[in-house]
Amino acid sequence: MRGACLHALALLAALLALAMPARAETLIAAMSSHQIQITSNYTGSQLTVFGLVERDGRSVARGDPHDIIITVRGPRRMLLVRQKERFGPIWINRTQRRFPESPVFLLVATNRPISEMMSAETARRDRVGLANAERPAQSWFDDSSVATFRDSLVRIMQGKDLYAYQQRGVTFLSNSLFSAPIDVPATAPTGSYTVDVVLYAGGVPLARQQTNFEVIKTGAEQRLASGAYDWPWLYGLATILLALFLGWGASVVFRRD
Amino acid sequence: MQIYLPIAELPISVLMVLGLSGAVGFISGLFGVGGGFLLTPLLIFLDIPPAVAVATVAAQVAGSSMTGVLTYFRRKALDLKLGGVLVSGGIVGTVLGVAFFNAMRRLGQLELVITLSYVTLFSIIGGLMLYDAVRAMLRVRAGKPARRKRRGGMHPWWMGLPFRQRFYRSGLYCSIIPIALLAVVIGFIGAVLGVGGGFILVPALIYFFRIPPSVVVGTSLFQILVTMTGATLLHAITNQSVDIILAALLLVGGVVGAQFGGRAARNLNVESFRLLLALLILSVGLRFAIELFIPPSEPFSVVVPESAR
Repeated sequence: MRGACLHALALLAALLALAMPARAETLIAAMSSHQIQITSNYTGSQLTVFGLVERDGRSVARGDPHDIIITVRGPRRMLLVRQKERFGPIWINRTQRRFPESPVFLLVATNRPISEMMSAETARRDRVGLANAERPAQSWFDDSSVATFRDSLVRIMQGKDLYAYQQRGVTFLSNSLFSAPIDVPATAPTGSYTVDVVLYAGGVPLARQQTNFEVIKTGAEQRLASGAYDWPWLYGLATILLALFLGWGASVVFRRD
Repeated sequence: MQIYLPIAELPISVLMVLGLSGAVGFISGLFGVGGGFLLTPLLIFLDIPPAVAVATVAAQVAGSSMTGVLTYFRRKALDLKLGGVLVSGGIVGTVLGVAFFNAMRRLGQLELVITLSYVTLFSIIGGLMLYDAVRAMLRVRAGKPARRKRRGGMHPWWMGLPFRQRFYRSGLYCSIIPIALLAVVIGFIGAVLGVGGGFILVPALIYFFRIPPSVVVGTSLFQILVTMTGATLLHAITNQSVDIILAALLLVGGVVGAQFGGRAARNLNVESFRLLLALLILSVGLRFAIELFIPPSEPFSVVVPESAR
């Protein structure tokens, strides 16, 4: 992990040298690692996003401080939100809403609460924050009942640690250098993750940068998972043989008479 | 100590799984039930995806019933002929049950069907058994025989239907029709609920056919062994949801637990056996009833549809 961080810092320095003063503010971001490998003792992992805000002489002296908003989105799946309602004496799932192409992992990290950076209306328009990140562009479509389901989706996913809002997750190490730890829980799905880093000042986006990482199974985990898909007959028979063998073994070991 | 499960895609505590499967294995060996009806809800409670839980428990149940079958076979407490009839009827029932399962899934009401069936089945079967066990105990306390003695030649009408067969080991002379029908019903319920069906088969054989409990348990385990082996293979081939690491952990705990359970069964008299099984089944029914009748604190739930997996 430490080696990876140093490596990333070296990469950052190299990027720094290459950075072109094309705009008033330039944003550079790098990950400590672009891959999380799942092994049999995997219990989640932590990556770090490093970044640098580069100003040149043309940048206006702004009164507003720089703000960083990092949004990490995991692989997308169809998510189904169901609501239990009373039906006679019993409670059953009656209404449901589909949220196609929703990220199964969503993390928003900022250097200070979003409410201090911008108005709620701006956050909604710029899709900033957990509740807004996946809101469809056409807000007229988002009637109040859909909003209830969307809020519940975010709340439940937060309870499962798959959605998180870290309002002080980004730390400025100097005026221009910042870092943010990204906690990936063990339950986060395998696949590719995108990391969006946006620089704000006074509620206005100044620069943005995108990077990514992936979560993959390696070693025995990977071989077992692909075996289950590539040779289902063999995999099934192996499981049955294992089951019957262990069952037989126990009766031999414990046989007294 | 945690281990990452490659198919369920989450880490799990090894000791907890061993303890859990050991306890369920003990109950399984004691009562001759597969234990799936206890283990599947427990795994789902631990955040394992339902499809993976159902499929992996099938493998675990096959392994732990293998132990039981061998133990009972050596003690000659296993009626292979009766088991054969049960297995053939069970196959027909399973095919019908899978068709019903898929139809309900298309209608989006599968979860409700499963919860309702758990509540009604477990409450009714558990309640009936509890009533009977308590009545028998009261009779014993009053100094009367636990059950009215069965006189020779007296038997329920369904045993006298055509195609009568002798099942020597069970001490049964009975028509094949009601036994096969029972097996079809159990195969159907098993396929819909993802359980072996031992918890229905055991009381049914005891109450409707008056087969001695010792033989019932061995024969029921044999039927479970065959159907769950088939179910494991079907799950592995059709939806790749069998987690071999989880199955191995559950098996190690399960087979050891089943050994001790099988041994404890020998020291248990018939009346307490019935009372305990009744209480166990009834409590599972109540557990699901609570979910159905108590207003939920979180009415919303998020699911990733299985087709997307």
